[in-house]
Amino acid sequence: MIRIITVLILAVTLISCGEKKDVSVQKPSSGGQLNGAGATFPYPIYSKWFNEYAKINPEAKINYQSIGSGGGIKQITEGTVDFGATDSPMSNEEIEKADTKNNNKIIHFPTVIGSVVITYNIPGVDQSINLSPEAIVGIYMGTVKKWNDPLIQKENADIKMPDKDIIVCYRTDGSGTTYVLTDYLGKVSDKWKSEIGVAKDVKFPVGQGGKGNEGVTGLVKQLDYSIGYVELIYALQNKLKYANIKNKEGEYVSPSLESLTIAADQSLNEMPEDLRQSITNAGGQGSYPISSYTYLLIYENQKDAYKGKILKEFLVWALNDGEKFAKDLGYAPLPPTVVAKALEKVNKIKF
Amino acid sequence: MIILAMVFYIALEMFNDSHESRDKFGFGFIFSSEWNPVKEDFGALPFIYGTIVSSIVALLISLPVSIGVAVFLSEIVHKSVRTPISFLIEILAAIPSIIYGFWGIFVFAPFMRTTVQPILESTLGFLPFFQGNMYGTGLLTASIILAIMITPIISAITRDVLKAIPKSQREAAYALGATKWEAIKMALLNARSGILGGAVLGLGRAIGETMAVTMVIGNKAQIVASLFEPAYSMASVIANEFAEASGSLHISALIEVGLILFGVTFIINSLARLLIYSVTRNA
Repeated sequence: MIRIITVLILAVTLISCGEKKDVSVQKPSSGGQLNGAGATFPYPIYSKWFNEYAKINPEAKINYQSIGSGGGIKQITEGTVDFGATDSPMSNEEIEKADTKNNNKIIHFPTVIGSVVITYNIPGVDQSINLSPEAIVGIYMGTVKKWNDPLIQKENADIKMPDKDIIVCYRTDGSGTTYVLTDYLGKVSDKWKSEIGVAKDVKFPVGQGGKGNEGVTGLVKQLDYSIGYVELIYALQNKLKYANIKNKEGEYVSPSLESLTIAADQSLNEMPEDLRQSITNAGGQGSYPISSYTYLLIYENQKDAYKGKILKEFLVWALNDGEKFAKDLGYAPLPPTVVAKALEKVNKIKF
Repeated sequence: MIILAMVFYIALEMFNDSHESRDKFGFGFIFSSEWNPVKEDFGALPFIYGTIVSSIVALLISLPVSIGVAVFLSEIVHKSVRTPISFLIEILAAIPSIIYGFWGIFVFAPFMRTTVQPILESTLGFLPFFQGNMYGTGLLTASIILAIMITPIISAITRDVLKAIPKSQREAAYALGATKWEAIKMALLNARSGILGGAVLGLGRAIGETMAVTMVIGNKAQIVASLFEPAYSMASVIANEFAEASGSLHISALIEVGLILFGVTFIINSLARLLIYSVTRNA
């Protein structure tokens, strides 16, 4: 009896150990199924793309798991997926780690542009309020405590801001949304950069956290005098009010597909060769300052020729024909120049 | 035996995977309140506090209610009423926890903010637990949601235990001139070990509950006396941060939180067993 039990225990342990090793070397089974994983934010448009593309090329079965940007980077680094997806570009160290581990070269493909809006719930205030970068930094650092703080009131001369405490809400789960916001705040405030930092999850000194965009939406909706930040599409779907943000030129701009495209357009001259670019706090008339590209991560040398071919064809289709689906789903399409640059990169994929 | 081996294996694996964080922070991890992924400074105390306090408050709320429900169903009402009511209560246990979470944030939290919390503050506001900002979400709201979630478990077990008490005992009590309440008191006294067992099961569920808690607890890593304020629990921080954690120290710290959660569950269960043992020893 004891012997049987021992054998069983050993078997269980061995199986679980074995499983762990298998995952890291597992080759995607051939047969045309492509696997990708990563960011949740572009999931609606990606699944639309995969569906539409499957109609054109029935052989292309693309399976995408929206597990989060961090997870996408992790999996493409481990080589367990054929492509990854992330909202914030990989850092230099992350790229180096992935490249050396797989003896390959990772390429970033921007796909669409998304934005983060500052949403609020102030009873009695129905119009859009104006917020300067200093006011947002102050609110999220806890130095601006009341809605009628001079920093807010002076930018909203025609609205009587209430003498009420601001209830601050933030994303508690690590997310690209938080990254884009903190990236922006880090650019406009050195204090933010050194004390709080730029990351997918940071320690906010004030406020409370909601889980996911829907969690933050819920908090802002039900707490009077609250403020939060969510992706544009969530604010639109839930009919939340969102603030106009002062851009680099000093104008107050509301987030719209046009103002996002302007932000990307205006940053084109500074776009690096590898296309990893932050477009928060972009210059230019009418540009909305809190926006970002979202990326697909694909290796330059595709080991499986069949999959490499499908991926390449898919990218060409998505960048040319797929962009037209972006608008309906609340994303801004890439400016034509960025599409051209990305298409150049597609040619680098070898198999 | 295999289950035991698996439990042991899981603990071992978590222990191994958390070595980076254990090496860096040592025992200070359990006593530090700082949790800052950007500066890679991690401490688990606020999460331990949030988990233990929310579960225990939930149990304190749920236990009297559950016993009341069980007594009502098994001793007082007629059979024709008993079946539908117990069915309804048991259905509470079948609701997915994310549904509790959404209900909590959109329906219950506003009710807490506009009604329950002001009443508590005006009546019990002299206690430090019922002061401060009223957001609706927070430790107390999480505890009450947890209490609703564990009530079906505790009441179902209590009901079954009461049912198991021989009818002859009750008849003997009546024969000796006991009133209905005295007979019920006697039945409860005899059923105490079973009731405590049910409470332990409920507490276990409360400690491990993730989704519903994270929706309403406020998710702020802090330790304050007020139950109105936002807090954070161990299961929630793992669920929230694991998917997007990029630094290896961050992941390691989250796994260590998991290990502590494991340990806390183990300790509380052992204490409860001990309690049951000491209560029933003289029975």
